[in-house]
Amino acid sequence: MKAAVLVFPGSNCDRDLAVAFEQAGFDVSMVWHKDSVLPEGVDIVGVPGGFSYGDYLRCGAIAAQSPICQALAEHTNRGGYALGVCNGFQVLAETGILPGALLRNAGLKYICKTVDLKVATSDSVFTQGYNAGDVIGIPIAHHDGNYFADDATIAALHDQDRVAFTYGDNPNGSRDDIAGILSDNRRVLGMMPHPERAADEGHGGTDGTAMFRALAGMLAEA
Amino acid sequence: MKARVHVMLKNGVLDPQGEAVRHALGAMGFDKVEGVRQGKVIDLDLAEGATEADVTEMCEKLLANTVIESYSIETL
Repeated sequence: MKAAVLVFPGSNCDRDLAVAFEQAGFDVSMVWHKDSVLPEGVDIVGVPGGFSYGDYLRCGAIAAQSPICQALAEHTNRGGYALGVCNGFQVLAETGILPGALLRNAGLKYICKTVDLKVATSDSVFTQGYNAGDVIGIPIAHHDGNYFADDATIAALHDQDRVAFTYGDNPNGSRDDIAGILSDNRRVLGMMPHPERAADEGHGGTDGTAMFRALAGMLAEA
Repeated sequence: MKARVHVMLKNGVLDPQGEAVRHALGAMGFDKVEGVRQGKVIDLDLAEGATEADVTEMCEKLLANTVIESYSIETL
């Protein structure tokens, strides 16, 4: 299986995400934001955390207009898989690949800690390694993680079982405690918490490993 | 042409920064402040021939995120 991890000026979790994919068995290539095509045969695109373009204008807004994000949108429109973590989730929201937007944390503070995350659905390639209702410990590190969407969008996310993760103790004011959501075809996941930072014994937790293993298992079969 | 774009969070979208400013003003003794909303002002220097429709397109595509923000355009 092949994974591509996008790299923007200001990305800082790109290598962590690449290592998590590699440890699960993916061949990983790093793809620069000015490239306009993804490597041949890529199964999944990782959009990493960080501060793309210095978070200028809005988090993820300028990255969303970069050449590689055009290629990303074409990939997801074709039914390709993508995982956006933290700033990557903000980028996916800004491109419109995922609905809603990430606002400044309600408490205004940057928050960096491990939180309890509830698996809201196991019905996706990302979450099938967990059981719905499982509580896992995954780090968050963000200033703008307050998920917002209008009432109709929130209702649709619930009705279509597209809320992937919720916070046990809402740290940032997100509507309905939402921490991560799936696209309508369930092949794109955007989440504020960092599963790649809980994917090795050295991280102090390995609750994120099941996501990368499940992805590798599923995409190997495909 | 010069254009000034005002970008504000939509009504109904919580503005925690505006709220923090409101609290600070209250703590300083400005007790008549009932609400604060904080936004952005973006000034554009445009070449001849640019139109307000161009600026609208810029707002829709980049300058504002219309999921959460509204914008208004002032030509100067």
